[in-house]
Amino acid sequence: MIDLKDICKVYTIGSESVWALNHASLHIYPGEFVSIIGPSGSGKSTLMNIIGCLDVLDSGSYHLDGIAIEDYSENELAKIRNLKIGFVFQSFNLINKLTAEENVELPLIYQGVPAKERRERVAAALARVQLQKRAKHYPTELSGGQQQRVAIARAIATKPSLILADEPTGNLDSKTTRDIMAIFHELHEAGNTIVLITHDDDVARQASRQIRILDGQVTEGML
Amino acid sequence: MIKFLYSLYLALKMALKSIAGNKMRAFLTMLGIIIGVFSLVVLVSLVNGTTSTVTDTISDLGKDMLTVRISDDKGKPIRLDDLAQWSDEAGIGHIATSGTSTVTAKYGSNSDSMTVTGTTPSYYSIQGLNLLLGRFLKTADVESHTYVCVINETTATELIGYTDCLGAEISLNGTKFTVVGVLEDSDNTLTNLLTAGSLVAYVPYTSLVRLSTTVTSNITSFYVSAETTIEAAETAITDLLMNRFQNDEDAFSVSSTQFLEDAMNDVTSILSILLGSIAAISLIVGGIGIMNIMLVTVTERTREIGIRKAIGATRGEILRQFLIEAVVLCMMGCAIGIGLSWVTLQTVSVVVSSLSMTFQLEGNVVILSVVFCFFIGLVFGLYPANKAAKMQPIDALHYGG
Repeated sequence: MIDLKDICKVYTIGSESVWALNHASLHIYPGEFVSIIGPSGSGKSTLMNIIGCLDVLDSGSYHLDGIAIEDYSENELAKIRNLKIGFVFQSFNLINKLTAEENVELPLIYQGVPAKERRERVAAALARVQLQKRAKHYPTELSGGQQQRVAIARAIATKPSLILADEPTGNLDSKTTRDIMAIFHELHEAGNTIVLITHDDDVARQASRQIRILDGQVTEGML
Repeated sequence: MIKFLYSLYLALKMALKSIAGNKMRAFLTMLGIIIGVFSLVVLVSLVNGTTSTVTDTISDLGKDMLTVRISDDKGKPIRLDDLAQWSDEAGIGHIATSGTSTVTAKYGSNSDSMTVTGTTPSYYSIQGLNLLLGRFLKTADVESHTYVCVINETTATELIGYTDCLGAEISLNGTKFTVVGVLEDSDNTLTNLLTAGSLVAYVPYTSLVRLSTTVTSNITSFYVSAETTIEAAETAITDLLMNRFQNDEDAFSVSSTQFLEDAMNDVTSILSILLGSIAAISLIVGGIGIMNIMLVTVTERTREIGIRKAIGATRGEILRQFLIEAVVLCMMGCAIGIGLSWVTLQTVSVVVSSLSMTFQLEGNVVILSVVFCFFIGLVFGLYPANKAAKMQPIDALHYGG
């Protein structure tokens, strides 16, 4: 499913080189619920950007669903993100000018899905996160938890191979965190592959496998 | 193809939504375009409306007629026979001589000064006269210099006292002439316009020669109508006269109202281009306003661009979205400008209706401004749209938190 081998990513800040990822390797199987834990500055955002095809690596190899990602163009990466990855961000990243259902619809528009099918899939995705009744609301009219559920609906509407969640509960209180995690568990049970990036051990522990990242290097299991 | 049009339609919907999201700013942005289109359409339409009214008036006054004057006959005066012969030449329609004399006209106890024109039958068609009653002069009248006259309506009512006056005898400088026809007074011919309200009579040219001391059988002035085009007639008559007067072009003059119209058209087309260019400059300024706001919009929406890219928008899709937004802004401004122009032109038409001028939206200018606005949107939208499209998704996502 995800196969990262010996990947490096170096940022040059001034004259100093920072190894955000230092020969990291990682393998994630289909249907897994994996959490990646690490303190800030550990390189987990970089890892997430690379897994999410938002950034390209400097060396090493990355196969997603058997496709070698490293030699794709910017537009091809956009298509891969669109078809294979559903993003859930810490800050929700919904477009405030669009209603909940329009936000969910957006990736389907970029896929070129016909209008009728789009409507059905949007309705199904919103039903999945129990937000059918809020379909016409704008993000600013929703609570943080509801916004994150819209974001999850947007991520699953395209039926991606991978749901990539970057600190999805970072901005939420503990009760809402439990609700959101419950949705991730449901999605996992329904067979989705989920990669969850967090610095919260409680959240990380709920995943079936934990991967720890520190100083750009990856180690397996909880510490 | 259908898929492409559909995605264009979706992008259009997105653009409208984002414009609707900030109406005040959108309106202020469009204002430059609105004013530009408004000034372009209104100025050019006003100029063209005025021109067409003026040229219509000029051409109504006898575009199809040449006036020939002889200043020096070089001992070879032109006679009626010559004119009859020339009217058979190719390119020339009819020729009618014209000699004018002012006489004292008397009917019963009424007496007034009158302009008498001595002429030939074809004068009627050349000048575009209209008979109210009776007939115009005939060839037989000219040949046997009969004392008949055709008078205008003013003469009938003012000198004789009633319109139905066929057979009445009026005295011109003491010679009795029988009225055989009455002409309608209308102001759509040059002659009628110049003689409106005054007494006018037409008599056979030969009869006027006898009546007047100044008009002789040596013709010094005559009118020519065209067989096909007025230019051909002008060439034909000029050739004939050059032949006759030993190639001395100062011996005669041939004039038509065509040159007036040409000059008028020249002046107004220059005016149109001048005013149009000034308006076009204001349109370009409006375009720069659009670019400015689009750049602000792109910066403001950096995060939105990042989100769209993260969930799968390609460069082309982002470019198209912002380009369409710029073009839509321009076209909306254009539509408002044209609408405003229409209202203004209608209002002006009503206000100046007493001048019998009408101002209408000029179709060409409307099409021109639509095309122009479209390209302004495209050209000035391209740079901001490209800036948006080139953004890296990670940088854009992390912009401003």
